[in-house]
Amino acid sequence: MSVSPPPFSSTSDLTPDATKPRWGTRWLGPLVLLGPAGLWLLLLLVLPTLVIFQLSLVPNIRPGDIVNPSGIDNYLLVFNPTNFRVIVRSLGLAVGTTLLCLGLGFPVAYWIAVLAPKRWRNLLLLGFILPLWTSSLLRTYAWITILRPTGVLNSILSTIGLPTLEILNRTPAVLVGMSYSFLPYMVLILYSSLEKLDRALLEASADLGATPPQTFWKITVPQALPGIAAGSLLVFITSLGDFIDPELLGGASSMTVARLIYNQFLGQTQNWGFGSALSVVLIFAVSLSIALLLKYGDSSATQR
Amino acid sequence: MTETVRNDRSESPDTPPSPEELPPDMANPSAKPSISWQALFVGAMFAFMYLPIAVLAAYSFNESAYSANWEGFTLQWYERLLTDFRIFSALKNSLIVALTAVVVSAVLGTLMAVGLARYRFPGKKLYLGISYLPLIVPDIAIAVATLVFLAAVGFSLSLWTIVAAHIVFCLAYIAIVVSTRLADLDPNLEEAALDLGATPTQAFAQVLLPQLMPGIVSGCLLAFVLSMDDFLIASFTAGAGATTLPMEIFSRIRTGVKPDINALSAILIVVSGLLAFAAEYLRYRSETGNPK
Repeated sequence: MSVSPPPFSSTSDLTPDATKPRWGTRWLGPLVLLGPAGLWLLLLLVLPTLVIFQLSLVPNIRPGDIVNPSGIDNYLLVFNPTNFRVIVRSLGLAVGTTLLCLGLGFPVAYWIAVLAPKRWRNLLLLGFILPLWTSSLLRTYAWITILRPTGVLNSILSTIGLPTLEILNRTPAVLVGMSYSFLPYMVLILYSSLEKLDRALLEASADLGATPPQTFWKITVPQALPGIAAGSLLVFITSLGDFIDPELLGGASSMTVARLIYNQFLGQTQNWGFGSALSVVLIFAVSLSIALLLKYGDSSATQR
Repeated sequence: MTETVRNDRSESPDTPPSPEELPPDMANPSAKPSISWQALFVGAMFAFMYLPIAVLAAYSFNESAYSANWEGFTLQWYERLLTDFRIFSALKNSLIVALTAVVVSAVLGTLMAVGLARYRFPGKKLYLGISYLPLIVPDIAIAVATLVFLAAVGFSLSLWTIVAAHIVFCLAYIAIVVSTRLADLDPNLEEAALDLGATPTQAFAQVLLPQLMPGIVSGCLLAFVLSMDDFLIASFTAGAGATTLPMEIFSRIRTGVKPDINALSAILIVVSGLLAFAAEYLRYRSETGNPK
């Protein structure tokens, strides 16, 4: 996530002075290059975020109301028992998705990066993340076709004589959908970390009599830890803010923060102030998890 | 795809693995049986990734609209789709949004990447941090913030407000891809052009830009796919009648399974597969074409 050292730094003090002697034009270059994008981000990202901070302090606001900041009522509403359960459920789903992606993704990344023939690695990785290019809505929709009561899964189960499953519109369906959606990201990040694995260490460990599990837990995992941390963080924050999977697969029982926010703006009962407060809480949760990673995680974890 | 996975390395005896790329398990014969077990698991995960896509494609040819059982081959869902006016108008809106946003973002994002690589200035860390925000902040929060802001300044929503909102994340992604490319370039070339009397604008347009082109194009492809895929930000910033393709798909599938959407999925899968192939080909060419 970090930008590499500026390759043009040597020209930074040379270009404007040597070719344009007047000091007034020193600022022309940076202004032309960085001004337009900066202005756009300021107008449509920074200012809007500040506006929802302000709006989150207005209780019961509806479109067209006069803005009059007056307190923390919306935040008290966020933490009332009903809404707090929604937050806890969202966190639980995000943690569950992260663990599932880690558990399923690590063997895949390890196999591609370490065990697969070298010349196939790029192609295998590309093949695994290729479904990311198709519409995320349609990939989630496919799971409705598979998991619904008369769907593919249940017709297979009943053909081979097993009892059918009621999964759709329940929590397991959301976990399946979110893990499916975010597994490629996990594999991508784990792969780039496992690819740099020091094989000499693995061999030394085996030579010195360590069993394969010992080598795995004491040599491989510590080396891959930055990748594990970065991949887990990415999946965690993406699933925390995910709307499509819980909305389409979760039914009424899986209300999450993202769905609750959506309802405050485009749903039946609109409350912009409450929705803004929820968004602020969501942004805060995401920032907090990134800050925790930066503080306690290996600093190289964020460098992809 | 699953077939290449199960391809064991023993099936390619023409290239014996050199010692340093010998897998650690090979040195330890007792671990050998676990290789096939791992390959089997990876094969199953590949199947998991492609299962939903295969299901959508298969059912788009199924006669029965609602049953999971196969009741005969048909093209009726494709016929129905091709006469569906609303899908085409949504597709047109999506293309207008994605193409406009990508073209504007290509300019802004490239300028930004070059500027960030070239200059040091007070507040650069803040600028850099803000440019990463669209990648980190959840879509729903960006969507809410944009809607609330547009309402607060009294800007009426239309197709162009979607474009404005999409430019925010498109330019962030393009800037990152271009920055990566920029870091691999030889800075001496542009300095040489300046030494030889080129104006900064000439050096930029004739030396730097051609070198950056592969990065810009693959960044644009990524941004295009993300823009075409976005549902949340578009539905929050869309004016009346400005329905994009994901919005149209969402409004149909939330009420259940729709066979003509299966047909649409199959078509979109083929198109996005071609796009992915084009992007990877470009990346591959830009990586091998500039060995450094």
